[in-house]
Amino acid sequence: MEKWYLMTIVVLIGLTVRWTVSLNSYSGAGKPPMFGDYEAQRHWQEITFNLPVKQWYFNSSDNNLQYWGLDYPPLTAYHSLLCAYMAKFINPDWIALHTSRGYESQAHKLFMRTTVLIADLLIYIPAVVLYCCCLKDISTKKKIANALCILLYPGLILIDYGHFQYNSVSLGFALWGVLGVSCDWDLLGSLAFCLAINYKQMELYHSLPFFCFLLGKCFKKGLKGKGFVLLVKLACTVVASFILCWLPFFTEREQTLQVLRRLFPVDRGLFEDKVANIWCSFNVFLKIRDILPRHIQLIMSFCFTFLSLLPACIKLILQPSSKGFKFTLVSCALSFFLFSFQVHEKSILLVSLPVCLVLSEIPFMSTWFLLVSTFSLLPLLLKDELLMPSVVTTMAFFIACVTSFSIFEKTSEEELQLKSFSISVRKYLPCFTFLSRMIQYLFLISVITMVLLTLMTVTLDPPQKLPDLFSVLVCFVSCLNFLFFLVYFNIIIMWDSKSGRNQKKIS
Amino acid sequence: MAAFTIAAGTGNWFSALALGVTLLKCLLIPTYHSTDFEVHRNWLAITHSLPISQWYYEATSEWTLDYPPFFAWFEYILSHVAKYFDQEMLNVRNLNYSSSRTLLFQRFSVIFMDVLFVYAVHECCKCIDGKKVGKELTEKPKFILSVLLLWNFGLLIVDHIHFQYNGFLFGLMLLSIARLFQKRHMEGAFLFAVLLHFKHIYLYVAPAYGVYLLRSYCFTANKPDGSIRWNSFSFVRVISLGLVVFLVSALSLGPFLALNQLPQVFSRLFPFKRGLCHAYWAPNFWALYNALDKVLSVIGLKLKFLDPNNIPKASMTSGLVQQFQHTVLPSVTPLATLICTLIAILPSIFCLWFKPQGPRGFLRCLTLCALSSFMFGWHVHEKAILLAILPMRKEKPLFNWMETFYLLGLGPLEVCCEFVFPFTSWKVKYPFLPLLLTSVYCAVGITYAWFKLYVSVLIDPPVGKTKKQ
Repeated sequence: MEKWYLMTIVVLIGLTVRWTVSLNSYSGAGKPPMFGDYEAQRHWQEITFNLPVKQWYFNSSDNNLQYWGLDYPPLTAYHSLLCAYMAKFINPDWIALHTSRGYESQAHKLFMRTTVLIADLLIYIPAVVLYCCCLKDISTKKKIANALCILLYPGLILIDYGHFQYNSVSLGFALWGVLGVSCDWDLLGSLAFCLAINYKQMELYHSLPFFCFLLGKCFKKGLKGKGFVLLVKLACTVVASFILCWLPFFTEREQTLQVLRRLFPVDRGLFEDKVANIWCSFNVFLKIRDILPRHIQLIMSFCFTFLSLLPACIKLILQPSSKGFKFTLVSCALSFFLFSFQVHEKSILLVSLPVCLVLSEIPFMSTWFLLVSTFSLLPLLLKDELLMPSVVTTMAFFIACVTSFSIFEKTSEEELQLKSFSISVRKYLPCFTFLSRMIQYLFLISVITMVLLTLMTVTLDPPQKLPDLFSVLVCFVSCLNFLFFLVYFNIIIMWDSKSGRNQKKIS
Repeated sequence: MAAFTIAAGTGNWFSALALGVTLLKCLLIPTYHSTDFEVHRNWLAITHSLPISQWYYEATSEWTLDYPPFFAWFEYILSHVAKYFDQEMLNVRNLNYSSSRTLLFQRFSVIFMDVLFVYAVHECCKCIDGKKVGKELTEKPKFILSVLLLWNFGLLIVDHIHFQYNGFLFGLMLLSIARLFQKRHMEGAFLFAVLLHFKHIYLYVAPAYGVYLLRSYCFTANKPDGSIRWNSFSFVRVISLGLVVFLVSALSLGPFLALNQLPQVFSRLFPFKRGLCHAYWAPNFWALYNALDKVLSVIGLKLKFLDPNNIPKASMTSGLVQQFQHTVLPSVTPLATLICTLIAILPSIFCLWFKPQGPRGFLRCLTLCALSSFMFGWHVHEKAILLAILPMRKEKPLFNWMETFYLLGLGPLEVCCEFVFPFTSWKVKYPFLPLLLTSVYCAVGITYAWFKLYVSVLIDPPVGKTKKQ
């Protein structure tokens, strides 16, 4: 592309923002005995380096699973092992068995932050750049602006470089998967996505759209001929990649089962801590977590999740298109987030990634969603003392989106992709002309509420009887916003067919 | 929604640039800060807790007040805001006090004062005529100038990481330059006089201002060939300029004159006891001079020309700020550097007098003055190089192959210094070698740039007053 130097500047700005955020505190800094996610990652380096593979997921005197036991799939373990080798080269004290528990120093922080940056630079950032370059029907400048906005998305930066996690690896792999599948490199795409699932099991939120899209493609090619061949090839790729990743754990049945038990802790209940999903919000009014027995909770969340995502997935199988695929990713992940079992607030990033991908198509709604998703992380960020970076990055992201896409001029019905929907509604309700206005007002209310709640949480103390008042309010407001978005994205998907058939094929 | 649009400043790239860099400055709040942070905290404490008569005498901390009175008043005003953040920082005895609120206040004060800098850049952009170039935003001269000034990384590093208040001072200078471009000479002179009383380092460029104002403002017309027309001298203008400068100086130094403290103030402002090169060598001519001296002394020792007993034990590279003797080349005194600086400035001043090129010529002379004084000055800080960077503008293709090669050489140099050097055995014997190398390398580059700029100024033909800049 011609403007490669502008793209380089965008990447450098993204890296600068990431590095300056990483100067701040991390999760659990200076808080013994348990510390936080930062200590968990360090502990996994210690475990994977010092213990044989067979003992990684088992409880033993050397590996106390209560103290940050491994609960991600094997690829995370291998990544930790790699980091441990680098740590050993620089300072073995960082990963010495038992004695390095709770190790904190400036040099170690620099090392850990660097591992995040390297992983980001190798996997996520190239995927974003390539994705933006491959976008069709938009000018080069818009592509670069798109890349800037995606790279400035605050949620991922704050969680990965502030709180401390490696979401950019799994999200990066997932993005490579989306790229591959959209550009008809199905095998490579599915391989990348399998790597993503094997890094963090939460990527399963994205698995259904991938499955439906690829199945739809096979059906389109005809199940008797090329389609069947493709199906077989895909199945083989998936199975092979899983076997490759899980190889050390397939030797014994007990190993596999134990890993699965660690990955899917069904004993831990419907939700933990405050999260912006339906069950937590419902719990405010009716304590379902305590009333209903465990297996009923499981079944209930299962049913709600699948009922809400089924229409979009069926549509994707019948009419596979790249645009439909991306929107289905959003709605599926959002359904899982809102209704699933044991959801953590950081899982909102799994919804944010697909929304970033549709930023160029519906800039106004995407920007709104991404702002809400960052806001929903507020309690977590405040606990990690990340208030200043979150405010600054949110403002930077907002300014970037506003200047790149002129989002406030794109609020007409057609721009919001709601034209066919409102036409259908107007058949029954001729006076339904205020959709665009209504959405603008909702946006205003949403933003004002978010700003007010942020100010209140930061300046006021909660009342004695309700110490969690502000966190619950944040979760509740975010949940309402997310429900609205769930409805919106499903409307776009379901009403897309009529406009999709009339226009030229846009892949 | 329209109100929202205006409020969000859509489409206005200047606001986006200014807001963006301000947000970046906020992100830089938790970065490393140098002793300058403590310097300014100390000055806040001095101006807040002590009466004026004590300001230039207070010496509890080693970082005594060595800026002119306007800056002291500025710190005084800041201290009244500081007391709402953390009262403890205003105690003179609280050396090296840096609570998180102190840090927040100090950083925010720099970020806030940069508003003046942003305004000045805005005014400078108005002076540029950008109609020749195409529609592309990134090719518009206004855009390029704004980016180079607002997002100047040297300034970002010095002001927002290392910690200083250069931003708004440069803003004052840029504003005075802009006023001169806009033919509002009195305002320009007034702003420069004020600037001088904030930070006297800008005396370096005072000759440029003086000569330009005298030549192009006090002599109101030129002969057709561009030379001076003596009978167009305007006494009114000279006197009004003099009055402006006098009044500003009176406001600044008046109180100290009344207290009979002028000698003390001047001794604080111009400390000649400090060594020729600041601890971390500024990459100017003297760095090259010192390097040459070191090399010659080493060769001399090896070839037995010099007697080892005659060589003073204290080395220039030991990092202490004292006076030193050179071993082979003649030693350098403060007077010598002043003379060198004046000689270096003279040709550009003459150019300004005999071949006036309007405001653009003034700008080039200003840059040369700044750069020359950096090259030859006594006890120059590395930060003085910022003075020279800012007035420059890109006009032609930026670098030829030689210059590109030189700039690329900075990369391997950095790699050597940061990564390779610590692993070599020389680390203990010559701990300052990496800095020395960096300084000398940069000095070569800066000398070259200075030379080229001078040549371009001397060669360019004079421009008549009628041509627009």
